[in-house]
Parts: sequence; C-alpha cells; structure tokens
Amino acid sequence: MKIPRFSRKTLCIPYAVFLVFFVIIPMLVILFYAFTDKEMHLSFHNFIRFFSDPTKLSTIVYSLVIALITTVVCLLIAYPVAYILARSTLKRKFVILMLFVMPMWINFVLRVNALREIFNSLASAPGMEWLGSANYFKTVFGMVYDFLPFMILPLYTTMQKIDPSLYEASADLGGSGATSFFRVTLPLSMPGIMSGVTMVFLPSMTNYVVSDMLGNAKVTIIGKFIYEYFGSDWHMGSMVALILLIVVFLSTWFSGGFKSEENVRGANL
Amino acid sequence: MNKRALLKKCLAAAFVGLVLLLLYAPILLLAVYSFNSVDLIGTWGDFSFRHYAKLFGDPVILEMIGNTLLLAVIAASLSTLLGTTGALGMYYCRRRTKALVHGASQIPIINAEIVTALALAVTFVAVGVSKSYFTLLIGHMVICTPFVVLSVMPKLKQMDNSLYEAALDLGASPAKALFRIVLPQIIPGVISGFMLAITLSLDDYIVTVYTRPAGFETISTYVYNATTKGNAHTAEVLSSFWALTTIIFLVIVLFVVVSNLSGLRRKKEAK
Repeated sequence: MKIPRFSRKTLCIPYAVFLVFFVIIPMLVILFYAFTDKEMHLSFHNFIRFFSDPTKLSTIVYSLVIALITTVVCLLIAYPVAYILARSTLKRKFVILMLFVMPMWINFVLRVNALREIFNSLASAPGMEWLGSANYFKTVFGMVYDFLPFMILPLYTTMQKIDPSLYEASADLGGSGATSFFRVTLPLSMPGIMSGVTMVFLPSMTNYVVSDMLGNAKVTIIGKFIYEYFGSDWHMGSMVALILLIVVFLSTWFSGGFKSEENVRGANL
Repeated sequence: MNKRALLKKCLAAAFVGLVLLLLYAPILLLAVYSFNSVDLIGTWGDFSFRHYAKLFGDPVILEMIGNTLLLAVIAASLSTLLGTTGALGMYYCRRRTKALVHGASQIPIINAEIVTALALAVTFVAVGVSKSYFTLLIGHMVICTPFVVLSVMPKLKQMDNSLYEAALDLGASPAKALFRIVLPQIIPGVISGFMLAITLSLDDYIVTVYTRPAGFETISTYVYNATTKGNAHTAEVLSSFWALTTIIFLVIVLFVVVSNLSGLRRKKEAK
C-alpha cells in the first residue's frame, strides 16, 4: 500500500472542505431560494414584493435611520476617546483601553438586559415617565452602548500607527491645531473610521435582540424581517438576506475592507 | 506646563471618564442591586444573597449555563484545531489557492450574522438534516473558525522559515518538524484565537437560535426569551439574572487582573 507523502499543504483541506460545505454552499442556497417560488420555479416575485410593500419600505427606512444615528453617535463618542488614548503619554493606557473592551466579554444579551432594567427603574421615577414609551430612543441608546467598543478598537489601532512626528511637522510648518487635525489625523485615521462604521452599522441594522428588548416590540429592524419570514416563507427571507448580503459586500468592497487583515474584535489585545 | 494644556488634559480625562462611567453604570448598578433582598431596582430592602440562592437553586438556569459553557469549550476547541491547520495549510499553499481559501474565510466575518445563520438553517433543512447539537456546533464553528485563522496568520508570517528547513535537514520528519518547530512559534496566535472563539461562542444569540435543536437553551436565548416573551415566574427569573451578570462580570475582572499581573511578572523576570 502506498501511503501518500505528508505535505504541509494538505493541512488546508479540512478547512477548505468545511468552508465549501458550510459557507459557500449556504450562500448559493440563499441565492437559489431568493429567486424561486414555493413550487421551486424561477421567479422574481420576492424581489418585486420586497420593494413594493409600503409598510416594508417604511420599516427599512426606519431601520436605516436607526443604524445611521447609532453609527454617527458611536463615531462622535469613539473618535475623541480613541484620539485621546492614542496620543496619551500615559504608561498604562493599555489598562484604559482594556476597560473599554472588557464589557464586550459579558454576554451581550445580559448587558442589554442590564440596560433594560435600569431604564425600567428610571421610567418609574417622577418626571421620567416619558422614558417608558421612548422606544426609539432606548433602542438607539442600547445599540450605542452595545456596539461602542467595535468603533473604539479599530479607530485606536489606526490612530496609534500615525507617526507622531507628523503632528510635529505640521505644527512646525505653522499648522494650527485644527489644520493638523483635518490635514493629518482625519485622513490618516480614515481606514479606522471605515472599519468602525461597518462594524457598527451592520449589526445595528440586523441585530434585533437590542431593538426587541429595549423597544417594547415596537421597533422593527431589517434583521427582524428575516426572523419573521424564517418561520413562514423562506423564499422571502432568503431574498431579504440576499439583499443584505449584497449591501455588505458592496460596502466592504468600496471601503477596501477585503484587503485588511486587522482583527477588530480585540484579538490582538 | 501652561494652563491651557492642563485644562485640555483635564477635559480629555473627564471625557474618557464619563464614557467609561456610562459604559459601566448599568452593570455596576445591577451588581449592587443583586445583593438586594427586594426584586426591585431603586428600592433597597436589605443586604441579602437571595438572588444568588435563587440562581443556584434553579435547575433550569443551571442547565442553560452548563449548556453555554460546554458548547463554547467544544466549539472553540474544534474551531481552533480546524482554524490552525487551515491557516498552516493556507500559508504553504500556492498564491491562488491561498487567496481563494482566505476569501471564503472572510465571508462569515464581514457578513451580517443573521445572513450566515439563515443560510445555514435553510441549507440544513433543504438537505434534510434535522437540527441537532451537531448543527448547532457547525453554526458556532462557522462564526468562530475564521477568527482563529485571522489570529494565527500573522504569527505564521512572522515565523522564521529556515528553522523548519533546518529541522528537516537534521532528519526530522515533516510532521515532527511541524509539531516541534512551527507550532511553538505560532502558539500565541493559537491561544488568542481560542480565547476569541470562546468569547464569540459565549456571546452568540442569532446563530444559536437558527441552528439549535428544540429545547436547547443558552444564556443568550434564555435571557432573551425571559425578557421579551415573559411567563408566570418572569420577575423571579429576571432578578436572578442580576446575580448571573454580577458573577460573569467578576470572573472577567478577575481574569483581566490576573492575566495582567502575570504578564507584568513575566516582563520583570525577562528583565
């Protein structure tokens, strides 16, 4: 019997097979279901139905607006934090960064539940009754609370790579603080902004756990559609998933995300 | 230092402090009230371990905690094995093959979790595989393994290739050289990949919901159901989650402190 010679390349085979079966094929299955009807005939019905239902469209608009506000608020909070930390001369700034990452290690459902409990008790306080029915406010707050570390980490990583001598050069050449910021910091931190924005925008469009737990089931986001269709109509569910898939790939492609190998979820800590 | 710079520094510190405070306030408040004898946040009854007793006295909750931990350990171990061998293989493959596998490996990372979950679930049903622990495990491996690959890859790139060649020249078999020479060099990446896989699996809600067998509950699914659907003993269960959150938080704090301290000690010894 001939034993095949051990080669380092063969180590790749199990993973490649795994990817084909559980990543590539499922994507093709989604594509197939999206463009077929219940009798498995080719059909564009799902596509047309998705874009012609006014209630669906308004929910999508709401969902996009929620995601947009969440992303902008996250960016407005995370950018100064990352900037301050990256330029800080503190010896132990690693510890502070760690403090921002640590909440991510608590189960996110428990974390959102903590926020829900606090909102509930606040809403029973005098003068705070408005909070009880402020479903959209609570949803956005919860998403910012939940996804903020995803924005801080990539921003911090890119800002830390900026050579400090660039700031000095800018100051020496007569640039004011604002000029230095807009001409040096901002352009050089663009990759971080891009990856942070995708890391926050996508889950705030699809992670319906936050909107369900904080929005009193009054806030529907795109992710919830897929969940609702999953029980009743796979074809429509697949269509929504496919549309999301296309949006994700286009946005990643435009932001050049396919090239980056930066691990934004804190693996490099 | 002039006054303006000092003011700037104070403002910066205050801003960072405020954001941290907001980030931790809900968890810390919950932690405080987990020692409350009353089921209400904002009303302090007495100091008591009642919620903790409830948590450890409820077999359903204990089972779901066990489920979550066991699933995370199994999924992370398998993902680490698959991801490490995958990364090694990819590293030695031809450029084209490498790019192809790497591209496919990126899909679950950039994709919305719900799309990954739905695609898997629909595929399982389409080929007639009923949902079981196996499908759940596959689901968790799909979201964990690419991150293991991502954390092992940089270590492979930093590796000194000539050491492997030297081992072969000195008569080691390729397998032995791989285990004795290559593996020790990439082990930090493997460990951080494993840790990342554990966190991702522990944290997961969406993929779990779409791939789990009927009746299987993890912390995420259980807490979500208890808060959104609600049933007869909801209030009772909810307050035991305060205790659970506090315990998890304390474990994390302990872990971070211990790993930082041991890291500091190692650095000192190295000096």
